[in-house]
Amino acid sequence: MEAITALGDPVRRRLYDYVVAQDHEVGRAEAADAAGIQRTLAAFHLDRLAGAGLLDVVFRRPPGKAGPGAGRPAKLYRRSATEHVVSLPPRDYGTAAVLLAEVVDALGAEANLEEVARRHGRSAGASAKGDVEEVLARQGYAPYREGDAVRMRNCPFHTLARDFPPLMCGMNLALIEGLLDGMGETGLSAYLRPRPGECCVEIISKNNDD
Amino acid sequence: MTDHHLAQLNVGRLRQPLDAPESAGFVAGLKPINALADASPGFVWRLTDEDGEDATSLHPNGDDMIVNLSVWESREALWDFAYRSDHLELLRHRREWFVRMTEPFMVLWWVPAGHVPSVEEALGRLARLREKGPGAEAFTFREPYHPVGLAT
Repeated sequence: MEAITALGDPVRRRLYDYVVAQDHEVGRAEAADAAGIQRTLAAFHLDRLAGAGLLDVVFRRPPGKAGPGAGRPAKLYRRSATEHVVSLPPRDYGTAAVLLAEVVDALGAEANLEEVARRHGRSAGASAKGDVEEVLARQGYAPYREGDAVRMRNCPFHTLARDFPPLMCGMNLALIEGLLDGMGETGLSAYLRPRPGECCVEIISKNNDD
Repeated sequence: MTDHHLAQLNVGRLRQPLDAPESAGFVAGLKPINALADASPGFVWRLTDEDGEDATSLHPNGDDMIVNLSVWESREALWDFAYRSDHLELLRHRREWFVRMTEPFMVLWWVPAGHVPSVEEALGRLARLREKGPGAEAFTFREPYHPVGLAT
C-alpha cells in the first residue's frame, strides 16, 4: 500500500513516470529538469519513491570517470525490479496464471493460446482510442520510438515471461498483432525481436521491413 | 562466479528427418542461430560433430534423438541468448519440428571453468533431473541453483 500512496502526490507521480520511461538510470538534476522542479525537491521525492520500493537506487560514476580524483559516484534512480500488486479484496491471479501457463506448456497448446490472444487483441484494438503508442502506453508497455520502429521497455507479463519465455512471448506477439489489426493499422507489423531487459516485440511499418 | 561455468543440454526428437521438407525451417535456422550463439556475450563452447558446424549428426542414444550441448559463463549469458535474441523466434516454432516430450528435455549444471562436458556426462545430468527433480547437480531455469560451495 505504501508504494501506491507514494504515487498519490502529482509531482512524485511525474518524477516516477519520467524515470521509468528512460532507457538509462536517471540522476537528480535530470529528473528535476524533466519535472520542472528544483533539485533538492526532486531529490526528496525521488528518495521517497525509493523508500516506498518503487525505484531502485544505484551509485555510479559517470562513464569515463574512474580512479582517484573522480569524485563521489552520483546517486541514480531506475524502475524498481520489485512488482507491486494491490488487490482489494485480496485476489491471486498470478498463481492462477502460472498454473494455466504450465498446462498450456505441458499440452503444447501454444497455437490455441496465440489464437485466443489474437482475438482478444483485435477486440481491444477495435475499441481503442488514440494512436498505437498511446494505446500501448495505456496497457503498460512503456513504448518508445527507435528510428521507424516502436519498441517497448516494459513487459506487462514479465514474471510469467521469465518462467515460460516462448509461450508468453508468442502470446504477447499475437496479442499485439491482434491489437494492430483491430485498430486498422494495416501498414504496421509486429515481430519477435527480443533484447535483454525489454519487451520481446518490435513494431515496424511493413514497407520498411528489413 | 568466473571459476564456474554453466553447462546446458537439451534433447529433441524431430517429427520428420532433418532432410524432410517439414524440417526445413529448423535446418535453415541452424547456421545463423549457431553463429549468433558463438558471437553471444558469455558463450564458451558448444558440441559439434565431425563437420564442425553443429551436432545434428550425433545420435548418442542410437536413435533419432538429437542433442544440443553448450557451456556459458553464466546463467544470465545463456538466458539472454536463449530467450532474448532471435533464438526465441526459432524456439517459438519448436512444436512444428519436434515431438512434444512429457519429461524434462533440458538440464543445466555447473562445471569448473575450462571443463568440456562429455555427452555421457550431460545425459547423466538429464537422467538425474528426470529421476530426482531439480537439485544442485542438475537443475532448470525455473529452479536454478548456485555452484556448490559458492555463496549466493
